[in-house]
Amino acid sequence: MNCRSEVLEVTVEGRQVDEAMLALLHTILLHRSTGKFHYKKEGTYSIGTVGTQDIDCDFIDFTFVRVTSDELDRVIRKAVGEFKDALSNSGSDGMGQISLEFYQKKKSRWPFSDECIPWEVWSIKVNVVNLANEQERQICREKVGEKLGEKVINIVEVINRHEYLPKMPTQSEVDNVFDTSLKDVQPYLYKITYQITDSLGTSVSTTMRRLIKDTLAL
Amino acid sequence: MDNDLSPQDKKDLDKFIKFFALKTVQVIVQARLGEKICTRSSSSPTGSDWFNLAIKDIPEVTHEAKKALAGQLPSIGRSMCVEISLKTSEGDSMELETWCLEMNEKCDKDIKVSYTVYNRLSLLLKSLLAITRVTPAYKLSRKQGHDYVILYRIYFGEVQMAGLGEGFQTVRVGVVGTPIGTITLSCAYRTNLAFMSTRCRDSQFERTAPIMGIIIDHFVERPFGNVGHMHPCNYRAPGEEEGGAYAGVEDSQEVCTTSFSTSPPSQCVLTVSKAHLKTPKPVLMDTLKVPVMGLGFSHQLYSSRLSYQPPTLGAADLCHPATCSAAHPHQMAVPGKEGGVPQVPMQPYHGAQAEHGRRPSCPSSDTAHHIPATPSSSGEDAETCSRSSDLKSASPSDTLETTFTRKVGAFVNKPTTQVTTASLDLPFAAFAPRAYDLEENDPMVHPPDSPATSSPLQGSLHSQGSSETGEQAQEDFVMVDFKPAFSKDDLLPMDLGTFYREFQNPPQLASLTIDVSAQSMAEDLDSLPEKLALYEKNIDEFDAFVETLQ
Repeated sequence: MNCRSEVLEVTVEGRQVDEAMLALLHTILLHRSTGKFHYKKEGTYSIGTVGTQDIDCDFIDFTFVRVTSDELDRVIRKAVGEFKDALSNSGSDGMGQISLEFYQKKKSRWPFSDECIPWEVWSIKVNVVNLANEQERQICREKVGEKLGEKVINIVEVINRHEYLPKMPTQSEVDNVFDTSLKDVQPYLYKITYQITDSLGTSVSTTMRRLIKDTLAL
Repeated sequence: MDNDLSPQDKKDLDKFIKFFALKTVQVIVQARLGEKICTRSSSSPTGSDWFNLAIKDIPEVTHEAKKALAGQLPSIGRSMCVEISLKTSEGDSMELETWCLEMNEKCDKDIKVSYTVYNRLSLLLKSLLAITRVTPAYKLSRKQGHDYVILYRIYFGEVQMAGLGEGFQTVRVGVVGTPIGTITLSCAYRTNLAFMSTRCRDSQFERTAPIMGIIIDHFVERPFGNVGHMHPCNYRAPGEEEGGAYAGVEDSQEVCTTSFSTSPPSQCVLTVSKAHLKTPKPVLMDTLKVPVMGLGFSHQLYSSRLSYQPPTLGAADLCHPATCSAAHPHQMAVPGKEGGVPQVPMQPYHGAQAEHGRRPSCPSSDTAHHIPATPSSSGEDAETCSRSSDLKSASPSDTLETTFTRKVGAFVNKPTTQVTTASLDLPFAAFAPRAYDLEENDPMVHPPDSPATSSPLQGSLHSQGSSETGEQAQEDFVMVDFKPAFSKDDLLPMDLGTFYREFQNPPQLASLTIDVSAQSMAEDLDSLPEKLALYEKNIDEFDAFVETLQ
């Protein structure tokens, strides 16, 4: 199956990394989450309601919408926090990439473990810059806000192509498609990974490693 | 055309499209109210949330939308459009965006109505939620209330984008194919806010007008930072108490069947706005009556964040020659915040809007307490109240008319009156109400006859606006004196602001001024021997001084 892959690139200042990532990841997850499924007899199900929330960024002139789910927010924040720490610890020129991958689980027979088959991957490339003075920071605030707006439009454009989405599962299959661990919303199964590019460009090797790993996993 | 579609499916599809249209309008309007929206997720389906999204329904908005649709659905050539415009306190308005929900002929016969179409419509609504926060009008709408407000208008029929100026951009939110056509949702937004900036140039502000600057320099550097955030946000959605409950019933694939109740009709909303700029014209009241051609009319959109209103502001020209600077709102905002329109019988938001057609976000009646000043303030406000009720009573009779009234508010320079109160040592004395002799001429109290026009709403909104404000355009924007509150210019020759500016930083050290030092270095060296001789002469004095220190 073909996995859809989208790449978004942003250039931000150090303080803005968290919010920029949150904004984009939450925008994607907003579209890739539904309400909780409640299965009833005869194979029918009803769907819960998803609330939304406007979040203003402190370091960027931007407001984004996310699903109202504190649990999901915590998970995403944690992942973004780890990414940011890795970025700052790498001591490199501040380039990295965080990926949000939606996958489906396919049960395999023993002794093989379940396969994770991605059907959509969003990669956000980040380039961190350092700014010298407050004036530049102010300009950066606005510029990054505009850029994020453009990225949101890109995301919406891709999503509205209505390309492949996993079929709605039966009750027994729901955990292969959706993440049912949260109590208020139900996003598609996803995982967040990141990699930091250091100045030597060793990202090539990490990419190779990932390629090999993925091939073997399949 | 409908042969392939079962009657049940057709019915469902129509219902989906109808509610989709209503929800679209709700999302757009709520996004322009000027405050953050937050709704809760609920894991157990209540069945009343269309498209599985918690989107509140503001009854007035639903009512307007239903009125505009008049029982029809978007179809080929007939689109549902929501127009967002900005209206300044001087009455100038400018279209910012037009959101269009269109239908075209391209059918997707194979799609499952009750399931795929529904889910895709839900996805489209989510996209709309995201995109409404991205267009430039969002930031403008978050800062509304002080000098401008954001209005919306719903109409059905041909899309009109002429008012967006040149170079407007379009963003497509998404498309959903259905068996009867493809639904497209898009937004065309203005990129050229030039009319604002030309005003600024024409005016004689001594510093970049902070008032207008709030609007203009959204896209340029803003000297005074974000003055918009000071307004409180206590918009309460009226939808909960009244209005449409959409009961849903789930069956085989969570088809939402609904029964909905009609929400109470809303009155025409008045625009009551304040000017903070000095204008020389004594009568600056404009009543802009725009006949509505049955299909749409503008509503004023704002949450309670609205209305910074200076405490004793009546509707009209307050004589105070002071002007507002950006520093001003900070100082003034505290009393002003509760300012609202004091004498309106204090009802919650929806009540206020529905019944009195006033600014819905009229906050509570505590205002009166915060106004330290004059007893005639209550007179002012009663006048305001009567004006609004005048207008309100006018409007139901002209069933399809909307009245836009422009008030000239605080800081308007009335050359005639009231320097006397300024000499009173009261804070806000300068905002003491204006002379009552103006009341006879006050068009708010005696509304002028509405101009008869048969042009469509769109045309009239703009032509009237421009003609009426055209000639005043130049005069409206006259120099604004920077006069911070609490400053009296009888004590010092300079005002507080100038004083502050001058003495904000310590004076430059003489020795550090470059041009001086270049010359004086040589002079210093030359004068050294003389100085030394002088000191030697006075050596006894210095010694005596040192003795005293020990």
